[in-house]
Amino acid sequence: MNFPSELKYTKEHEWIKVDGNIVLAGITDYAQDALGDVVFLELPEVNSEFSRGETFGVVESVKAVSDLYAPLSGTVTRINETLVDEPETINEDPYENSWMIEIKLSNETELDNLMDAAAYEAYVKEIS
Amino acid sequence: MSELKKTPLYEIHKSLGARLVPFAGWEMPVQYSGVMDEHKAVREAAGLFDVSHMGEIEIKGSQALDFVQKITTNDASLLSTKQAQYSLICYPDGGIVDDTIVYKFSDEHYMLCVNASNAEKDYQWLCEQHDGTFDIQLKDISNQYALIALQGPKASMILGALHGTNIPSIKSFHFDFVTLSNVETIVSKTGYTGEDGFEIYIEPGKAAGLWEAIMEAGDPYGLKPAGLGARDTLRLEMKYTLYGNDIDATTSPFEANLGWVVKLDKGDFIGREALQRQKEKGIKRKLVCIEVTGKGIPRQGYEIYSEDKPVGLVTSGTMSPSLGIGVAIGYVDSEHALAGKEVNIMVRGKAIKGLIIPPPFYKK
Repeated sequence: MNFPSELKYTKEHEWIKVDGNIVLAGITDYAQDALGDVVFLELPEVNSEFSRGETFGVVESVKAVSDLYAPLSGTVTRINETLVDEPETINEDPYENSWMIEIKLSNETELDNLMDAAAYEAYVKEIS
Repeated sequence: MSELKKTPLYEIHKSLGARLVPFAGWEMPVQYSGVMDEHKAVREAAGLFDVSHMGEIEIKGSQALDFVQKITTNDASLLSTKQAQYSLICYPDGGIVDDTIVYKFSDEHYMLCVNASNAEKDYQWLCEQHDGTFDIQLKDISNQYALIALQGPKASMILGALHGTNIPSIKSFHFDFVTLSNVETIVSKTGYTGEDGFEIYIEPGKAAGLWEAIMEAGDPYGLKPAGLGARDTLRLEMKYTLYGNDIDATTSPFEANLGWVVKLDKGDFIGREALQRQKEKGIKRKLVCIEVTGKGIPRQGYEIYSEDKPVGLVTSGTMSPSLGIGVAIGYVDSEHALAGKEVNIMVRGKAIKGLIIPPPFYKK
């Protein structure tokens, strides 16, 4: 399983790419594997605001519906429309092109709660 | 909770990297390579399923047929030896105890294959109905059989390759005793996928060897192991009902469009009076196929609307791997249950458009 070292992670199996107070977020390799074939993705409107832990969207595999939780608080500045049209991309590579939303952070101190790749990998081993 | 039961193929599933989940008290493979991939294999080549969790009940004795006729709705007297029949077991009020395949081995020997989730309940129900009044012996023989389903357009070729001769000559809903890889099996031309195929009953200790022999024979044909996930999407595309989702003690065979296995004129059987009344009075709701024309995937429990009015509930829903769209089956008030009618399905508070279509979803 792949855990790129330049990314940060949450216990809800989301990855975050940090660039100042702007971040990209998606779901991890572990999450896509657990979901199975992803067939549907529902993302929020641009400009919607979320607090950390709130549901911002839904990802569906053939068999199951899973909520997506905001990894950090802030305002959605972009969503990945291409991914909505081709959600199966998430199974091929859950990182890079499979980013889901871009968030402008409202509270940068929340970044301190994220795990680095090594910590997340250890967490995944623990729960598997 | 009691420990989950394991089929004789459990170790094979683990070695194949299957994802195992609890299902009806069993630890079962839900997927191997992925639901989409396995589904496609069954539609285009073949898939091999472990369905050993299914239950089997044996009925033997001089009144075996009388008893089968009493507890099932279809007419088992029409069966020839080595023939099988889809049927229902009903309560006196017409609600469904289970759906089943009835196998006739001889005039004094029948077998019912029943759902894993209902196996114990069914056996209890049959014992209560028997109550010593028939000259029969009832036996739960679920532990005597493993069950492997080989399904797909290449299934006959694969079994032919393994056996070397005339397996494909078994007709639909017939079965025969066949020696496969030096083991006695019962090969039944039945299935739950809408494809050509077989269900193979075999003694549990020999099941792993047979599985591997079939996988090897099927390799050149594109055979893949397939799990319960694909089994569900395959059956849903055919509108085959699933007990616990689409039919149960509160649904009637007529509502579920299973009236074709209710033979009211075959003589008395449990549920006959209630079902006769239902047939005369008509039914309030019907199980329909809904093809989603908007964007979204219907799931069990989602509400169905006609314009602003709630008219039904989804009982099974998925993304159809063959069609690439959301599909649902669900009960809709009879006045709205018409092919060609537009409905809305409420998905997380939003209405998505759907169209009632004649079954099945997947047409060859």
